[in-house]
Amino acid sequence: MTSHSVLKTPAEVTLARQFEEAVGDLPGTVAVRDLREAAFARFAAKGLPHRRVEEWKYTDLKARIAEAAPLAVRTSATALAEVAARPREIDGAIRLFVVDGTFHPEISDLAGLPEGLSIAALADVLDAGREDVLAVLTGLDIAKEDAALALNTAFLRDGVVIDVADGAAIAAPVEIVHVVTPAHAVSVHSRVVVILGTGAKLGLVERFVSGDAGHQRSEVLQVITGDGAELDHAAIKSDDRAALGLSTLTATLGSNAKLASFGLNSSGDLSRRQFFVRFDGDHAALNLSGANLLSERMHSDVTLVVEHVGLAGVSRELYRYVIDGEASGVFQGKVIVRPGAQKTDGRMASNALLLSDTAEMANKPELEIYADDVACGHGATCGAIDETPVFYLMSRGLPRADAEALLIRSFVGEVVDGVAIGALEPAADAVRQGLDAAIDVWLAGRSLGVAHSHQTKGRA
Amino acid sequence: MLSITNLHARIADEGREILKGLSLEVRPGEVHAIMGPNGAGKSTLSYILAGKDDYEVTEGEVRLDGDDLLTLSPDQRAARGLFLAFQYPVEIPGVANMTFLKTAVNAQRKARGEGEISTPDLMRLVREKAALLKIDPDMLKRAVNVGFSGGEKKRNDILQMAVLAPKICILDETDSGLDIDALRIVADGVNALRSPDRAFIIITHYQRLLDYIKPDVVHVLSNGRIVRSGGPELALELEAKGYAEFADAAA
Repeated sequence: MTSHSVLKTPAEVTLARQFEEAVGDLPGTVAVRDLREAAFARFAAKGLPHRRVEEWKYTDLKARIAEAAPLAVRTSATALAEVAARPREIDGAIRLFVVDGTFHPEISDLAGLPEGLSIAALADVLDAGREDVLAVLTGLDIAKEDAALALNTAFLRDGVVIDVADGAAIAAPVEIVHVVTPAHAVSVHSRVVVILGTGAKLGLVERFVSGDAGHQRSEVLQVITGDGAELDHAAIKSDDRAALGLSTLTATLGSNAKLASFGLNSSGDLSRRQFFVRFDGDHAALNLSGANLLSERMHSDVTLVVEHVGLAGVSRELYRYVIDGEASGVFQGKVIVRPGAQKTDGRMASNALLLSDTAEMANKPELEIYADDVACGHGATCGAIDETPVFYLMSRGLPRADAEALLIRSFVGEVVDGVAIGALEPAADAVRQGLDAAIDVWLAGRSLGVAHSHQTKGRA
Repeated sequence: MLSITNLHARIADEGREILKGLSLEVRPGEVHAIMGPNGAGKSTLSYILAGKDDYEVTEGEVRLDGDDLLTLSPDQRAARGLFLAFQYPVEIPGVANMTFLKTAVNAQRKARGEGEISTPDLMRLVREKAALLKIDPDMLKRAVNVGFSGGEKKRNDILQMAVLAPKICILDETDSGLDIDALRIVADGVNALRSPDRAFIIITHYQRLLDYIKPDVVHVLSNGRIVRSGGPELALELEAKGYAEFADAAA
């Protein structure tokens, strides 16, 4: 085993101890065990990422994580009953619960699944050693060095494996609700694997919910699409008051495959959503988008690496940030176009609205292009709310807070309106209403501080 | 109704004085035209009346039905019945015209302590006014002023005016950038709103608009002051002679 000598901070020391104590009990075949040992060794070689690691420059985990919370244990029956009683947010959705990192089939909608859709607990799949799933877990080269993914793999215990058979278009969306229940801080590592057969279609909504006990959560979604397959994904983090939320999406796209993933983040102290997507086949399409509504001292980091290998891939990335108080946003987007990936069409943009003098935004778009016939572009903007439309709206009778709220809604509207298309279309109304409600909650929370923040305004 | 007395104002950032003792009395039902050369302070006057905070009033007062207007925020002024049609109406991406009208109407009603208008009532009102202004119903679903032509933007502002039914309407160079057909539509829209309890201040550089909207009084604004007032014939005189003599008179 690798020496743990670089693991020096209290959090790193705790993680090493947790791994040693847990590794014997974690599920899986020898191959899984090798995978987790290798992943922990990769983490241990460098420790928690810090500001001198380029990919983590603006989100210094080593400095920000004082201590690692204890691993979550099995959820109490009372807590589980409470989770199961949660009202349904999307009528007709196939709802699955991952509670404190464990998939709970007994409270999930597993009866009468549509033809072509199979759902299993990841722990069972690890014990069975399904090889295609192991291949997915091994991950992509572009994600190999990532510490958050390595830690998640090291502590891999449970989650969900979703298979959609060749040609099956699943009409009902699958909704996975990830809940962390304890009243004291715990850490949770869970994973969802989605394997779409040729021409398969699926809509997937993930919801993240937790109280403010100081939880540390790490969730990974890994997607493999067959040729012509489509996944429409929305991740909603509006009721998650975790201290740390690390979420990773890795995806490999087959020819003519489509992946759309939208993320709303309007809660939680420190959150990082990272994406590693590889265009394997030709003519695939990727659409990543998100809205980040940040206040107080929230920190939200979106970091993505998109690798075009196949021909004529189309990638779109659009992220909007509304930043108030002392909150900070990060956008790092890297698009790599490999030598054979001619006719790649890539467009990436990040736009931030800074509502206070202490709000911060870091933008780092990068293009690495090794092919000569491609069209790739990126744009990043940062600015205060424009006083011209504010005055226009006020002159029509809207009080300042309402005028600003309308403009903030309009600013995030462009990304929110693009959600719930394709396979999520049947759930479009419920998803959009949920997003609107989350935006309302955030705006209501900020309106208390509005009167104060306007003292500093007066620009033309 | 609107009473402006010895108004002095400057640009807040620069300190340059723009209005230098302007006085004006507008009674219900009247249409006043304010004409003047570029830089006379015409737009500044409209912005100060509407409450834009880029300007600082250093002397004088403005009263609307006896209340001190200058202490009110722009939205409070709107709720009391003041409306400014902008020289350059602003684009609001992502907010549908109809939604915006409903938000504005209800914000004003709320400020006046009235209940919300029902959606069917509002739709009926908006459709009726839109037809009068030859506004395509499709424009009501589109985002406010986004992708609208110059003429469409001006008509959309007049539509807002018609729906909000203000007491005092200020039109800031509403004729700029309009072709003759659009000008006529806008003028017809304004004329339809004329009533004994509503007043207008029409700010314009050219006499052309006044062929269609007949003013009761014409004022010449030069170098921050009203230097001459008269009947509609004054506008024709200005068109013939230009503003040169007033620029000299004010200096």
